[in-house]
Amino acid sequence: MAKMHVKLNVNGAEVEGLAEPRTLLIHFLREQLSLTGPHIGCETSHCGACTVDLNGKSVKSCTVFVAQANGAKVTTIEGIANADGTLHALQEAFREHHGLQCGFCTPGMITRAYRLLQENPDPSETEIRYGISGNLCRCTGYQNIVKAIRAAADELNASREAAQ
Amino acid sequence: MIPGSFEYHRPDSVDGAVALLNEHGDEARLLAGGHSLIPMMKLRMAVPSHIVDLQAIESLHGISEEGGEIVIGALTTQHEVLASALLAGKCPILPEAAALIADPQVRYCGTIGGNVANGDPGNDMPAIMQALGATYRAVGPNGSRDIAARDYYEAAYFTALEENEVLTQIRIPTPAAGHGAAYEKQKRKIGDYATAAAAVILTMDGGRCSSASIALTNVAATPLYAEAAAAALVGTDLGEAAVDTAVRLAEEITEPTSDGRGPADFRTHVAGVMVRRAIARAQKNAG
Ligand SMILES: Cc1cc2nc3c(=O)[nH]c(=O)nc-3n(C[C@H](O)[C@H](O)[C@H](O)COP(=O)(O)OP(=O)(O)OC[C@H]3O[C@@H](n4cnc5c(N)ncnc54)[C@H](O)[C@@H]3O)c2cc1C
Ligand code: FES
Ligand code: FES
Repeated sequence: MAKMHVKLNVNGAEVEGLAEPRTLLIHFLREQLSLTGPHIGCETSHCGACTVDLNGKSVKSCTVFVAQANGAKVTTIEGIANADGTLHALQEAFREHHGLQCGFCTPGMITRAYRLLQENPDPSETEIRYGISGNLCRCTGYQNIVKAIRAAADELNASREAAQ
Repeated sequence: MIPGSFEYHRPDSVDGAVALLNEHGDEARLLAGGHSLIPMMKLRMAVPSHIVDLQAIESLHGISEEGGEIVIGALTTQHEVLASALLAGKCPILPEAAALIADPQVRYCGTIGGNVANGDPGNDMPAIMQALGATYRAVGPNGSRDIAARDYYEAAYFTALEENEVLTQIRIPTPAAGHGAAYEKQKRKIGDYATAAAAVILTMDGGRCSSASIALTNVAATPLYAEAAAAALVGTDLGEAAVDTAVRLAEEITEPTSDGRGPADFRTHVAGVMVRRAIARAQKNAG
């Protein structure tokens, strides 16, 4: 089948490529753009390790064709850090609060939590747990992930207030 | 997990989508959120050679009220259903059910049109649409027609929609102010389809039930509109005897399969429990 020309904005940069329409977005990101942050855990839309931000929504990139994402704006874990190269508050909080062990789920977790905090800057523990229910972690038991997201929310809110 | 090859189309109008369906016949499939279709394509249970992506058709978005009807565009996502103030106020069973579907990522993509059009008995919205008395608007080469949700489902993945039709809108008669509704879903974990689920919508008048409708999810090859069960409630004060009768009548029409969610008779039993809980909660929500 003929390849199609696709054009996306990924982590702020315009990228182009040729791909079969059936190529899954996760394969395009990992294999053609060498963005290996988003992981392939289950490939069946369950684990959330492949989560990226697509036009302002958290999506499982194993369940999106690159053709659907043509023209879209994508953010992966590689695009989450601050512009000056320092870690994003979420990344810092995951490190500080032991929000990861093996780290396999972490790119998806942080990318999902990033969108969650955009929509709900002051989530309760219940809202955090519900908000990350599409991301599985086999190591941490989630306690420290929830703590890290809550701590990042506090940090982001404090720096927003300081800026005002 | 690589789907079969296909040619990709992104029409910007319903007419454009219909024309593509007409041209390619059963080789073509519509793509909305893709969260039912893409998993099926990965398993090669669906191998369309043309994919018609609806995402660019603006007219398929949005939730509004027209006359006495709530109109929901087919491409409205479950996430948008959850966030809708109109639905929270006038038809709260829809956001309530959307919150029980899958997980946040799936809800950002999955559309209500795809959910009702699909014909998978595991989908949650079809039974709710039957309970609400919704109709689906279908547009094909010869114009548009309305299909009642109660007549739409023929067998698993077989529906009244023609191959060259697009489901454009869901139209719901605005439920009476003061109605009570509830959707009770038993599932094993987040992201699971129902072991059994029940939608109940009723109105109360001076302590008596003046109207009721009940429908069931995932206990047969199609959603089930439980007409006799609902009729057993009307005119009663929803006392134990009436509820027992409704539960029994609902259980009687189930034909679940035995699968990972449990043996068939267990799933029938769970359907009864869901009906009982949904009646109690709908009664509480009424008024
Ligand atoms: C992990 C996971 C868990 C899930 N859990 C649940 C659950 O608990 N309950 C539930 O209800 N769903 C569940 N789903 C399914 C999800 O809600 C789907 O997104 C939804 O059922 C289909 O919507 P879609 O927009 O993704 O449709 P698509 O996958 O794009 O399409 C589904 C089918 O409908 C057809 N179609 C789509 N739109 C139209 C239209 N406008 N007109 C005519 N035909 C159309 C397509 O051709 C296709 O055959 C789950 C999905 C996943 C991945
Ligand atoms: S790899 Fe996409 S959800 Fe698991
Ligand atoms: S840290 Fe190992 S899967 Fe989450």
